[in-house]
This record gives sequence, C-alpha cells and structure tokens, in this order.
Amino acid sequence: MITLEKNPNAETLDAVVIRFVGDSGDGMQLTGTQFSDTSAMFGNDVATFPNYPSEIRAPQGSLYGVSGFQVHIGSVEVSTPGDNLDLLVAMNPAGLKTNLYAVKPGNTIIIDSDSFTKKNLEKAQYETNPLEDGSLENYRVIQVPMTSLTKEALKDVEGLDNKSITRSKNMFALGMVYWLYDRNPAHTIEFFQKKFKTKPHLIEANTKVLNAGFFYAETIELIPNSYSISPAKMKEGTYRIIMGNTATAWGFLAAAEKSGRELFLGSYPITPATDILHELVKHKHFGVKAFQAEDEIAGISSAIGASFAGDLAITTTSGPGLALKGEALGLAVMIELPLVVVNVQRGGPSTGLPTKTEQSDLMQAMYGRNGESPVIVIAASTPANCFNYAYQASKLALEHMTPVVLLTDGYIANGSAPWKIKSLEEMPEIKNNLVNEVKENWHPYDRDEATLARNWAIPGTPGLEHRVGGLEKDRITGDVSHVPENHEIMTHTRAEKVKRVQNYIPEIQPEFAQEGDLLVIGWGGTYGSLHSAVKQIVEKEGYKNIGFAHFNYINPLPKNTGELLSRFKKILVCELNNGQFVNVLRMNFEEQKFLQYNKIQGLPFANSELIEKFKQLA
Amino acid sequence: METTVKKYTYKDFANDQEVRWCPGCDDYVILRAVQKALPETGVKKEDVVVISGIGCSSRFPYYMGTYGMHGIHGRAPAIASGVKLANPNLSVWVITGDGDSMAIGGNHFIHVLRRNIDLNIILFNNEIYGLTKGQFSPTSLVGQKTKSSPYGNTQPPFQPGELAIGAKARFFARIGGNVPKDMTDIFIEAQKFKGTSLVEVLQNCVIFNDGCYLKYTDKDVREDQQLFVEHGKPMLFGKNKDKGLVLNGLKLETVTIGENGITKEDILIHDAKIEDPTMHQMLVRMEHPLVTGVIRSFQDFTLEEREDALTAQIKAKSEFRKTNDLFFSGETYQVN
Repeated sequence: MITLEKNPNAETLDAVVIRFVGDSGDGMQLTGTQFSDTSAMFGNDVATFPNYPSEIRAPQGSLYGVSGFQVHIGSVEVSTPGDNLDLLVAMNPAGLKTNLYAVKPGNTIIIDSDSFTKKNLEKAQYETNPLEDGSLENYRVIQVPMTSLTKEALKDVEGLDNKSITRSKNMFALGMVYWLYDRNPAHTIEFFQKKFKTKPHLIEANTKVLNAGFFYAETIELIPNSYSISPAKMKEGTYRIIMGNTATAWGFLAAAEKSGRELFLGSYPITPATDILHELVKHKHFGVKAFQAEDEIAGISSAIGASFAGDLAITTTSGPGLALKGEALGLAVMIELPLVVVNVQRGGPSTGLPTKTEQSDLMQAMYGRNGESPVIVIAASTPANCFNYAYQASKLALEHMTPVVLLTDGYIANGSAPWKIKSLEEMPEIKNNLVNEVKENWHPYDRDEATLARNWAIPGTPGLEHRVGGLEKDRITGDVSHVPENHEIMTHTRAEKVKRVQNYIPEIQPEFAQEGDLLVIGWGGTYGSLHSAVKQIVEKEGYKNIGFAHFNYINPLPKNTGELLSRFKKILVCELNNGQFVNVLRMNFEEQKFLQYNKIQGLPFANSELIEKFKQLA
Repeated sequence: METTVKKYTYKDFANDQEVRWCPGCDDYVILRAVQKALPETGVKKEDVVVISGIGCSSRFPYYMGTYGMHGIHGRAPAIASGVKLANPNLSVWVITGDGDSMAIGGNHFIHVLRRNIDLNIILFNNEIYGLTKGQFSPTSLVGQKTKSSPYGNTQPPFQPGELAIGAKARFFARIGGNVPKDMTDIFIEAQKFKGTSLVEVLQNCVIFNDGCYLKYTDKDVREDQQLFVEHGKPMLFGKNKDKGLVLNGLKLETVTIGENGITKEDILIHDAKIEDPTMHQMLVRMEHPLVTGVIRSFQDFTLEEREDALTAQIKAKSEFRKTNDLFFSGETYQVN
C-alpha cells in the first residue's frame, strides 16, 4: 500500500475551475466525475458540467468529437461550473483547439504531447503545431507524454491489450491533477475495486496508472507548486453528490412514498431526459412501474391511464417530445387528473441542439395545446433542487387534480452538486382527493371548495363507476355537455383552479437589495450563473442597490410578484432564450417596463457578460 | 360484508345515457353483446374499465355503467396499458375502429399486441370513417368511392387479422356484426383469455358504407360464405356442413365432402392454441369462405406476469425498503 504525502508547497485558493477534454472515447466524463466526487468527499462545494457531442462515437480526433467535463470546486459557495478555466487538461489537439478560448492567459494547460501527431493536428485543422509555433506562449503549458508513460507504467501488467492500455491514460491525467490540487486518490482506487470486481487486472492497471500520474506530477520539476482548496463552509448534515436528473427521479420516489400512491412512469428515450427513466427503472424494489412506451404519445397516454387507475403518474421528455405530448396533455387538463410532465429542455426548434442547454420551451409548456388549457408550470433551478421541485410537482398535481409541467434543462439535469440529503420525514405532507365511499348525489366533478380540485374515484371502488373523456363535461354531473354557458363556466373553473395554486406556493423572496435601482430576474436553471454574478457585483464591487429574484413558480406566479417589481427602478429579465418569461411578466404586469438580456448559444451565461450588462444598468 | 359475487344482468352494465348512434347501426348489437357477456365472466362491475379513442365506436364508454374513459384519437391502447399496469386486477376493454386503431393509432395497436398486456380490444371494422362523414379508411377496398376518394380509393387495405398476427397477437377472433349470440360468446372467451385479445367485428355502417359485408353476413349466404371455426373441430362450413378446408401444398383449398374422394377425415382440424401462426395467417387471409370465430388463442406470458416476476425477484434481493435507505446509501459524507 502506498502512502501519500501531503503536498508541502500547496498554496491555498478559494476556488478553481478545471476542464478535462479529449476524444469522446477518452473517458473524460469518468475523469471529471472522479475528481468532483473526491473533492466533495474532502468537503469542497462542487458544481460540474459535462459537455459532450451528440454523436455516440464521433470520428476520433475530430473537432466535433471532443468531449469535456468541467468541475468547479471551492472552499466558498460554488453555484456554477464556472467560466474561466484555471486548468485545462487536453488529451488531444482537437480538445485544445476547441477549449483554449476558456483559458485566461497565464493559466495552466496540461497536454498529452504524445497525441500531437501530424495526423491528429490535421484532424484538428491546425496548420502548425501549437506546441511549437509559439501560439501558446501566454499560457503555462505542461507537456506530458502521457500515452507513453501510461504504456511504461503498465508494461508488467498481464492480460491487457493495447486498447485498454491507451484508454487508461485518462487516469494518468487524473493522478496528476490529484497531486496538483492536493487530493487523495483513495476514493478513486476504491471505485476501481468496485467497478472491476471480477477483473483484478483492470484494478491493478488503473491503480498503477493513477499513481504513476500522481508521482510523476510530484517528481517532475515542470510543476513547481500546487494548490490546495480548503473545505467549504456548508450546513451541517449528510451529503451526497447528485446529478439533476437523478435528483428529479428521487423526488418522485419520495413523493410516491409520502403520498402512499404507487409511482408510474410512461416514457420514451430522448436526450437529455433519458437518465430519469434510467434511474427509475432501477427501483422496482419500491414498486416503481417504469414503462418504456413505443413513442412519446404512448408515454403520456399510459401515464394518464395509470393516473385514472390511481397511481402517481409521470412522463419525462425534452422539447420535441413535449410537442408530441400536447394533445394528451390537453386530455389530462380536460379530465382533471393528476399528472407530472417533466421537460428537460434543450436547444430548439425541431431537433435543435440535443446535448446543449436552453430555456426556450417555456411558451410551449404554458400554451402548447389546443383550446384554453391551463396547467401548473414550475421550474427547478439547481441540480440538487430538482429533488424538491419534482416532489412539489407531484404534490401540486395530487392536491389540485391537474397536470403539472416541471421544467429543468440540460445544464442542471447533467450537472451535479452536493445535496444535503432529505429524509422523508422532513418532506411536507401530500394530501389527495381520493373518494372511497358512495355518498348520495355524488358526481365525479364535485369539487373541493378551496382548491376547486375534483374528486378522484378510482376503478375498483364500488358504486363510484363513472366515465370521463375529452368532450366537455357538464359542470355538475360530469356527463357530456355541449351547452354554451356550461363550456364557459368550465373553462373559467379550470383556469381558476390553476390560479388558486397561488394560495399554496411560497411568495418570492429577493436576494441582496430588497428595493433599489435594478432588479435582476431569472427563472429555472440559470440560478447559479445569475446568483454568483449578482453576488460578485454587490459584495465585491459595491453595487448595493441591485436585487435578485429567481422564479421557480411560473404558472401561477407567486402572489407578491407585482409588489416586488414595483420596488425597483429598472427590471432586467435574463433568459437563455429569445425572451419568453419576460413576455409572461409583460402580460401580467402591463404597467412595468421590462429590459431583457438573452443568450441563445446552447451555453449557460458567462459571469463576465452578466456583470458587464448589470454595470450598464445599475 | 358481502362475500358472494353479485349475479349481474346486462342492465347492471348499462346506464341512463341516451345512446346516440344511427338507428340500425351494428354498434347497438356490440354494446348489448358486451353488456350481456360481462355478467357471465364473474368480473365485478367496479373492476371493469372501458377505454376508447375517437370515432363513432369510441362513444361506447359513455353508454356503459362501468368506469370508462373516452380518450384521444388512436391512443386507447396506450391509455388502457397504463390502467392495467397500474392495477392488474381490473378488466380493461379497449373500444376502437379501423381508422382509430390502424391509421392514427397504428403504432399503439401493434405494440400493445406485441407486449401481450391482458386487455380485451374490440375493433369495430366498418371499412369507412363514419364520424367525419365518409372518408376511406385503412381497411377500405381499392376502388371504393368515398368522400375523399370520389374516383375510387387507390390505397390498398390492411387485413386486420394479418396485421395483428404479424404483430404477435396471441388472441384473434373475427365475428359478423349481426350475430349477437356468437358475438357474446366470443367476448366471454376474450375476457377469459389472459393476454391481449383482439376481436374484429364486421360492423355495418348504415349511412356511409351500407351493406359492405352483406356478401358474407346476409342470412341467405352466411352459411356458405363464412366458416366459423372452433378449436379442436374440423373446419367445415356450408348449409349441409359438407364443405371444408384442406391443405394443398402451401395453400388452403376449399373442398366438398363426397367429391373427388374427399371424406370428413381429410378436413383440417382447427388448432387455435398453437404458437406457430402460419395456419392462422392463412385463415385470416381467406376470402371464400371468410373465416370467423376464434382463429388464434395461444396462451403466453402476459407483460404483467413478466413484470411481476421480475419485481418479486428484485424486491427479494434488494436492501432498499424505503426511499431513505436509498438516499443515505453508497457514497455519502458528513459536514459538521
């Protein structure tokens, strides 16, 4: 057993941003995940963001085949994966070329020099070798022949083919970065032991390469010092690192257990939502019924059937899938059954940018159906709070007998962060509108006076047999009705039922200034970027009159929204779309003037661009 | 507490809604046949769920005294799958038409058959779109003049049985729309069959495609033009039951007993229960005579049974009983 010395020269930093890039087959996602998990165990706050091509195995060495994983670790609160890289680890020329823009001059780049061959340079469309032509002279470039050092480290391990040898060079890079940031590789070695339980030669090989990288970094004079990041100050408790999509799936598990309903998922695979299906199919031990349907429409339709039969029913998708589900979602509105539709947003329209993030499905979620068809729309804003909003979406659906659209996006769904684990006892109660007994004069559309939720009589209950359907219903009996006045009353009732959800959701609490010159508004997955930019400008640059309000409840809006808006001179709505939430606000608050800041590049906001914009207005 | 299952009559499965199909429509016959079949199956009224799509036939659930949902066009099999998977104790019926199941809902139709969820599907095949007032459907004949094919239909039709068995249907029956007693018996058999049962009813549309099945279903020709098959019995038909089917090479052939040395022993015996669908495919494709009755009834595992077995195995092995067990499992860490 090797004992690892603590790096004596470690300099203490608040936070660092590291990006690992290479070919899509180079194992960059694994490398990044291991680094972030190890850092979280050490007590750092972390935020991660994977960035991978939509091709499964893009041609080796090509620019569009580059796969990356970014990690932001801090001894202070970290709310985004970060913009400017302190360290770029590039496993090939294409990775360097496509990611150099994010490295500030003076910062460090670690390169596998073995991969800078003529062929790879051509594939990356380099005319001259950047390692030789002086174009990197403003950076601290550390060239390491990782491929050959990996081969050398493995020369005595038996049972390895060439491919497995080359593929483990990512662990060499990880070992170097562990040393550089004063991290103990033990967690990763344990990971090998679990993952390769039945293949001891792979445990040996990966451990050897990881240690070789670690010791290489220690030994060579090319790295004169290293950096240490102290543990962050976080609330006491038990934590784990969780990805947004996993947190969403777990929120539903918790809601099912708390509400006493069985969980049914009807779903069809679509990037970037499929991991929710992947997660829920694992949990048959909780009685989860995860049904991979023949298409998006069958996904939601089967969920509607399950809801009719009494399950907590959900369907998961991304933008194009939500378009296909539109008609069925209208049916759920009409028959007033509980249903949660998760849309993990990606760039659109059409197939758009499947692996890139965007917030451009808000209008679709609100209005993408025929007829007057109101639904509750809520949005999660961090990887960890996907858990809370999946839970809350289930609670609202069951308590108010209506479909709920939960919006997340590719950024928070694939990003990971520490989650202070919530035990079921901490979660709020979930009521439901089930009826079990025959009462005189009972009708399926009898409503709760406060919420207007209709009652939920499920098949198997004697005496409450009834029919529902997409045709308009008589407001009393629930029978089919084409009476003009009845349709108007039912239309208002369905709208009012959603509107009254305002009475059951929290008011919006701005952060930083409570009144003043500028209110920065965001919603959904941009919380991290907006929060850290506002925090910086308020706390470090002295702009004390800026407030920040981030919305998780979109329809209906929190009750105090109008009052909040009136406390600021200027209002800036920042969104990763062409201006959708801002139009919801305009429609609701005609008296206000709204400024907007939009970005539509499939990428999150960068800190610098936000700060520049805020300064123009504050 | 009531311990015996109540003996129902058809009235228990009806309700007070006024039935609004056209006078003379076969849909009335089908509705009554379902209402008469259910009391014979031993299923409790509160456990019956009827799901439909869109079309004339899909108004069906509104006329039943059971739980029901009038869904959206083509999606009834998907909705019904969700109902059944959520609560496998229910008796779930799907009401659909030729347009609903084979045009807009074609995808759900084939996949529900492939999966073999325990549902009963009644396909009202009238070879026309009725509710939208007379366009050709996926089962309309080539040359058929309709509102959307004034010069004759150019799209070759599906044969529902062929499509269904190709999609791995385990149970397929076909029945005329004017034989309530046989229809009731087939519905009872469909309910008793564990798996997806598909019953195609040759349903006459009196308004837009009147008489399209007369050559098979008219009282005067029925016995000569239809072969009603029963499992384990020779495939005989005709007024005198003297005609039957034999296999000639790879084709079915109609023969007459007493002619060319044919005896009753030469006639093929119907085996609805074999897994191999080759003979069933030949039977559904025959036009003279048209084969009715339960053509295929192969008992296989249902999706629910497969899922239940898997779930039981996983539950037995898993250390997770409550979500807390999962949330606090694996790689967690303390912050103090």
